[in-house]
Amino acid sequence: MDWLFFFEVSLAGLGFGALYALTGVAFVVIYKATRVINLAMGEMLMFGAYLFFGFAAGFMLPVWLAIVLALAGGALLGLTLERLVIRPLLGENPISVFMVTIGLASVLVGLVEIIWTAAPRSLPGFLPDDPIFIGDAFVAPKTFWSFIIAGVVIAVFLVLFRFWRGGVALRATASDQGAAYAMGINVPAVYSLSWGLAGMLAAGAGLLLGSIAGISSEMGFFGLTVLVVVIVGGLDSVLGALVAGLLIGWIESLAGVYLGGEYEHLVTFIILMVVLLLRPWGLFGTREIERL
Amino acid sequence: MSDRILEVSNIEVVYNHTVQVLRGLSLSVPRGEVVALLGSNGAGKSTTLKAIANILFLENGELSSGSIRFDGDAVGSRPPHRLVRDGLCHVMEGRRVFEDLTVEENLVAAGYASNGGSGRAGQDMVYEYFPQLYSRRRSLAGYLSGGEQQMLAIGRGLLGKPSMMLLDEPSLGLSPMLVEEIFGIIARINREQGVAMLLVEQNANVALALASYGYIMESGRVVIDGTPEKLMADDDVREFYLGSGEAEGESKSYREVKHYKRRKRWLS
Repeated sequence: MDWLFFFEVSLAGLGFGALYALTGVAFVVIYKATRVINLAMGEMLMFGAYLFFGFAAGFMLPVWLAIVLALAGGALLGLTLERLVIRPLLGENPISVFMVTIGLASVLVGLVEIIWTAAPRSLPGFLPDDPIFIGDAFVAPKTFWSFIIAGVVIAVFLVLFRFWRGGVALRATASDQGAAYAMGINVPAVYSLSWGLAGMLAAGAGLLLGSIAGISSEMGFFGLTVLVVVIVGGLDSVLGALVAGLLIGWIESLAGVYLGGEYEHLVTFIILMVVLLLRPWGLFGTREIERL
Repeated sequence: MSDRILEVSNIEVVYNHTVQVLRGLSLSVPRGEVVALLGSNGAGKSTTLKAIANILFLENGELSSGSIRFDGDAVGSRPPHRLVRDGLCHVMEGRRVFEDLTVEENLVAAGYASNGGSGRAGQDMVYEYFPQLYSRRRSLAGYLSGGEQQMLAIGRGLLGKPSMMLLDEPSLGLSPMLVEEIFGIIARINREQGVAMLLVEQNANVALALASYGYIMESGRVVIDGTPEKLMADDDVREFYLGSGEAEGESKSYREVKHYKRRKRWLS
C-alpha cells in the first residue's frame, strides 16, 4: 500500500469534508432555532454560488466585492424565506414544513436556470493557487484553502454559540420556546437571525464548493450528502456537523479512490444506516429529540 | 396612575376555537402586594396566567372576550417579550429551566428581560437571594435538584427587575421544608423589591399565609374571593383546600350525598 497516496487522498477528502461540515452547520443552526429540516439547503448554497458568479462574471465587479455581495445576498435569501414561507408554517405538522422546503428547492433551481441557464460554469478564481505540500503529500491549493476557511468559520461559530449573548439566546430558544419568551427574548427575531446566518453560511460554502468543482444548477445535490452528515452528527449539534462532515468527506474519498466512484454514495448511506440503527439521535445529538 | 398594577376583567379564553377554559374571570392585583389564586386541577389557573402574559397563542388559545390591563395598558397589543421587558415576569409552571444550558447561561438568557442588559449586578442579586445557585453556577440546569431548579426559575424572573411576577405553582413537587424555604424567599423579594405577585397555588395554606387577598377558582371563574382571614374562615374553603373538615374525626367520603351536594353548589 502506498501510504503517501493514501495520505493525499485523505487530505483531499478532509478538504471536501470541511465543506460538508460548513453546510452542515447552516443546517444545524436552522434546526436548532426553528426545528425545521431544511431540504433546500443545497439549493441555498447553489444560489449563493450563482450570486457570486453573477456579480463577478456578469457585472464584472472586483472579486472581494462580489464575495461580500454574495454573502449578503445569501443572508437576505435566508431572511426572506424565513419571514415569507417558514414563519407562517411554524407550529404546523413538521411533514408539511418539510415538504415546503422541498418545494423551495425546486423554486430556487428554476430561478437559477431562468437567470443563468442550466449550463455548468466555472467560477472566477479567488483562492491562492500556489501548490501546497504537507510533508511530501500534495494538496490541491483550493481544497487546502477552503479547508482552512471552513475550519475558521466553524470555530468562530462554536465560540459564538458558547459565549455570545445572542448565541445563548438561540440555544435558549432551541431548548424551550415558551420559556424563552418569558425571559424577554424576542423569539421571532431569533428565528430571523438563525435563517439569516444559515443563508450566509450556505452562500459561503457555495462559493468554496463552486471554486473547487464549478457550478451548475444541479449542485444542490450536495445538500443530500449534507443531510446525511447532520443526521450522523446529530441534527442539533454544531460539533457533530463538524466531526461527521470530516468523517464522511474522508471515507467518501477513500471509497471513491480504492473501491471506485460508484461506491462513494453507497458507503455514505451505509454509514447513515449503521448510525441510525445504533444511535438514532446521531453521534453528538441530544438524545430526547424527536425524529422525523 | 392607578393603584392596581393588574386588572383582569371578565375574560374568556378558548383553546382550539372549541374548548372554553375561562368563563368571565375577573381579578385585580394592587401594586406591591401578593394576591393568591387558588383552585383545583383544571380550574384554569395556569390559563389565566398565560392569558396575562399573552402567550396563549403558543398553545392555540385565544382571548375571546374581556380585557387585561397591566400597568394601565392592554396586554393584547404587546408581544410577550415586550411585556417581560415592561416588567411583567412569568415564572411558568414546572420551572421550565433551559436544561442544556448552565445556571449562569440561564441567567444570561434571562438578562434579555432588562432593557440594555443587567450584566453582573443582576446576577449578583440573584445569587444573593439564592446562595445555593452560586455554588452550582457552572453545572447544567438539567442536573439541578427540583428545589434548585425552582430557585433558578424565580431567579431568572428577578433579572428583569419586574414590577409584577406571575408565579405558577412554585411549590410543585417540592418537599415541605423546601416549600417553606422558597416561600420565605418569595416573601423577602416581595418585601425588599416591592414586586407585586399573583401567586397560583394548590397549597392553599402557604399561599394564604403570604397573600393579602385571595381568589378561588372553579371551572374557569372566580367562586369566592376575599381576605385570607375571610377565606380561612369559610367552611367550604377549609374543607376543600385546607384539608380540615368542620367536625374533627368524622370520616369524609365523596359518596356522602350531603358533601356531594355542597360540592355541586360550587360548580353551578
